[in-house]
Amino acid sequence: MTRVDVELQLAIENLLARYVHALDDDRLEEWPEFFVEDGRYRITTAENFERKLPLPIIYADSRAMLRDRVSALRHANIYEAQRYRHGVSSVLVERVDARTAQATSNFQVVRIMASGESMLFASGRYLDRIRLSGETPQFEERVVVLDSRSIDTLLAIPL
Amino acid sequence: MSAAVPESSESRTWPAEGLARVPYWIYQDEGVYAREQERIYRGATWNFVGLEAEVPDAGDFKTSFVGEMPVVVTRDEKGALNCFENRCAHRGALLCLKDRGSAKEIACVYHNWTYDLRGNLTGVAFRRGIKGQGGMPEDARPESQAPRKLRVTVFCGLVFATLSEATPPFETYVGAEVAARIRRVMKQPVRVLGGYSQMLPSNWKLYFENVKDTYHASLLHLFFSTFRLNRLEQKGGVIVGGDGGSHVSFTMMNTDSSGDEYEKAGMRSVSGGYRLEAPQMLESVDEFGDGVTLQILTVFPGFVLQQIMNCLAVRQVLPKGLGRTELVWTGFGYASDDGKMAERRMKQANLVGPSGYISLEDGAATGFVQRGVQGAAAHASVVEMGGRSAESSESRVTETSVRGLWQQYRRHMDL
Repeated sequence: MTRVDVELQLAIENLLARYVHALDDDRLEEWPEFFVEDGRYRITTAENFERKLPLPIIYADSRAMLRDRVSALRHANIYEAQRYRHGVSSVLVERVDARTAQATSNFQVVRIMASGESMLFASGRYLDRIRLSGETPQFEERVVVLDSRSIDTLLAIPL
Repeated sequence: MSAAVPESSESRTWPAEGLARVPYWIYQDEGVYAREQERIYRGATWNFVGLEAEVPDAGDFKTSFVGEMPVVVTRDEKGALNCFENRCAHRGALLCLKDRGSAKEIACVYHNWTYDLRGNLTGVAFRRGIKGQGGMPEDARPESQAPRKLRVTVFCGLVFATLSEATPPFETYVGAEVAARIRRVMKQPVRVLGGYSQMLPSNWKLYFENVKDTYHASLLHLFFSTFRLNRLEQKGGVIVGGDGGSHVSFTMMNTDSSGDEYEKAGMRSVSGGYRLEAPQMLESVDEFGDGVTLQILTVFPGFVLQQIMNCLAVRQVLPKGLGRTELVWTGFGYASDDGKMAERRMKQANLVGPSGYISLEDGAATGFVQRGVQGAAAHASVVEMGGRSAESSESRVTETSVRGLWQQYRRHMDL
């Protein structure tokens, strides 16, 4: 029987839950804080991922770059009012060493436009490398692998 | 029973002002859409179907579209590129279901009819029947319904296809100046970095106009203006090529960042003191040696070649119905890129695509027009920035290349 490290499992699931609530509640300014200072974030498609092609849809290799993304969304980029609702499930956690864990989970995102129109906007996997040595777990790397190669209209708010 | 109502009682005549007006029915009329498929995509135009680097080896294939018509692009045993309709001669099923792959021959899954890599029908299953029973008549000629072969031209690694014998040679079609600007970017063997696509809620022409519209770039895309990446007071120009529908716009950065025309006009696009915490994203090298930091190039009816600093991509504009367009992005670098350049291209990829700092608005803006003109078929947009003709211009406060698009479009459509 596979032994589950219950405490670690719950700590990671809690991180994933707090992350999606921050995005879905439009607390984007908190988003970079889920990452370590030199944390990496990347959105790509399953097709690029499987073919080992590097082209990202969004890419950051520091919290500063994530903060730039938030400030561009707040002050520069133009897009219609919209919200996301994330569902995260099937969280598999694996301890790498005393201070690092890896996690794989599924996500579905419903996008709700101000007009009321809702659609299944994105689905895919989160591939995470998580640092456990701090006060709370933080992402060293989060790769968002979209199942589809196609994005409807635009992808402004991060996933 | 009520009498038949004509599709529209409104006029389908182009406004008397000519290129300076674009009637809104052009984005709304099913009849216009069908005529575009016939006269433009299946007519005398060069349609981008991929990069040569996407099918590097003999037997490689990819699927694509010419307008709504599905096509297969292959590299045959002799190394030549082919493009043929993705439709079986028998019942019309798609021949290739995969986006890409490698094969010795292509077989239709429906009844196993087979084709070589040039699109020739090579086998009809049980053509002579089994044990003298069944099979096709002796005089059957299934080849008469074979998938159509398109003429292919490869220009600097870009693959274009046409169904028409009348399409002029590629360089004549785009004009010498646009051809030179393609050579500038496609200067050496490329490496595909990946791709994705964007579904736009608008007619294909609204996106193609948007790419040609140098006037909007620094007004809609605040990211550029704030960092003085593409303020219209900077040095640059617009070249209209070929029959009008192809163009290049370019900007030389850092030539003038002292102007204050935007501030004086009180425009939204310079609001506030927005600064990047990690400006390394924008650190670029002049890999072309000419100081041009931004070059956007189009080839009628649906090709875009983009150089934004070190971020290189081709975009294919595909109509998916009257109010729906797929924008297929393929990012590339050069085979000679080192690790630093690869990282630079990855970071600058943040500028483009569905999440692009300077492009995400385009997906929405074209949709705003599609929605905005719903009740206004009899009205027209005003396209008079920089005059009423479609000539090359040193100023980018112009809509000259948008007018160029309509010049070529109207000739094909006889409108």
